[in-house]
Amino acid sequence: MKLVIAIIQPYKLEEVKDELYKVEVNLITVSEVLGHGRQKGVTEVYRGSKETGNLLRKIRLEIAVNDNYLEPTIKAIVKGAKTGEIGDGKIFVLDLKECIRIRTEEKGSVAIG
Amino acid sequence: MNSGDTAWVLISSALVLLMTPGLAFFYGGMVRRKNVLSVLMQCFIIMCVLSLQWVLIGYSLSFHPGNGFWGGLQWLGLNGVGLEPYADYAGTIPHQAFMIFQAMFAIITPALIIGAFAERMKFSAFLIFTLLWATFVYDPLCHWVWGMGGWLRNLGALDFAGGTVVHINAGIAALVTAIVLGKRKNLEKNIPTPHNIPFVVLGTGLLWFGWFGFNAGSALAANGLAVNAFVVTNTAAAAAGLSWALIEWLRNGKPTIFGVCSGAVAGLVAITPAAGFVGVIPAMIIGLLVSVVCFIAVTVIKPLFGYDDSLDAFGVHCVGGIWGALATGLFASKLVNPAGANGVFFGDPKQFLIQLLAVGVTIVYTAVVTFIIYKLVDIFIGVRVDEKSEAMGLDLTQHRERAYTVLE
Repeated sequence: MKLVIAIIQPYKLEEVKDELYKVEVNLITVSEVLGHGRQKGVTEVYRGSKETGNLLRKIRLEIAVNDNYLEPTIKAIVKGAKTGEIGDGKIFVLDLKECIRIRTEEKGSVAIG
Repeated sequence: MNSGDTAWVLISSALVLLMTPGLAFFYGGMVRRKNVLSVLMQCFIIMCVLSLQWVLIGYSLSFHPGNGFWGGLQWLGLNGVGLEPYADYAGTIPHQAFMIFQAMFAIITPALIIGAFAERMKFSAFLIFTLLWATFVYDPLCHWVWGMGGWLRNLGALDFAGGTVVHINAGIAALVTAIVLGKRKNLEKNIPTPHNIPFVVLGTGLLWFGWFGFNAGSALAANGLAVNAFVVTNTAAAAAGLSWALIEWLRNGKPTIFGVCSGAVAGLVAITPAAGFVGVIPAMIIGLLVSVVCFIAVTVIKPLFGYDDSLDAFGVHCVGGIWGALATGLFASKLVNPAGANGVFFGDPKQFLIQLLAVGVTIVYTAVVTFIIYKLVDIFIGVRVDEKSEAMGLDLTQHRERAYTVLE
């Protein structure tokens, strides 16, 4: 089992979700986060003063998958989120020790899907 | 000159002005977070741009006697529009008081259309479209219905406070722009939900409050007619808000505050043409039934035809406005207003036919000219934002501002 954490551009969320649904990955957790990458994008302007170098808004996806779903998941995220420009984001893959479905107390692979 | 009348018309003008920020919050709450500022901005910039357009050319085109179809140019820049009464419109208040009251109607009408193209129109295109629309759709139609010599006015069409000029007009323009602009992206997969329903409630409150100026102010005097308009306006809004909630309760199992707000606005729309011509029981009927027709328009007809009237500008303003204009032909009574007419239920079916004609003419004229203006703007600068801008939201891409922070 693996835990995939992806940081993507907020406006790419719809496309990433579409790609994930196509490979039958339906169980995701989404949150809005702030982060600093290499990107120095222009953000907002308030009364003429340009705000750059601030923390930028990103979307963080968390997806727990069984091993055979790992590659399709990564490919789907890349396909949906990639523009080729700085700021597209990152994907982290972590080993997942355990997964428990609270309702049934099932454990392991069966609890993920 | 009457100081009471003048005071009431000035206060009413201020009330009607407040409806546009009210509408901004009503619509602003309904869009997604990334587009709320774009809606507020569109409403506010209309207050700026059309206030100027109106004193420079709009008032002259709309209200100078001119001919049956177009006002003259003699009142450009308010030349000759002074502080003495102009008896053909209002004999007891300064001409400029009438002018500024009418200015507020010219402001809110194009703002109503925003509901149809929200979340996907380029700001520059919006500005040009709005200015052209005000000049070539609103101003002529306003002249036909309300201007001295206007041909619909001469036929005897009744429109107390703007059912045809404001609501049907804006509602039809909304339908046309929604269709030609096309749907927002990802609409089927991800149905956009209102991002801030308390804003919708706040906006509705401001609209209801301001609408007293809109309707009761249209008496253009502090008199019994104004009181009648005030009372029936409140009654219709109340009946419609309640009936929308009841419809939802029966059909969906729960009444919603969003539904009560939609109903109240529909009721205010429907009573607008009738406010100076009907009594309180017809007002209640008009209000109770407008929610039924508007509910059908937004929950059955819109999905059936598949146009993306994002915030139901057509479904509420045009459909509610048509019902109100026709209801005026049914329920109008000379007992309420001797200067009005009797409707079908008071012995005169002819008035209903005149109302039907006024509605039909408005629909055809507005639809055709709105389409032409849209196409012109589209050819020269393009109306719709690109896909990436739409996905990122108009706040950031059109204005480089954001409404809400994540962390300080």
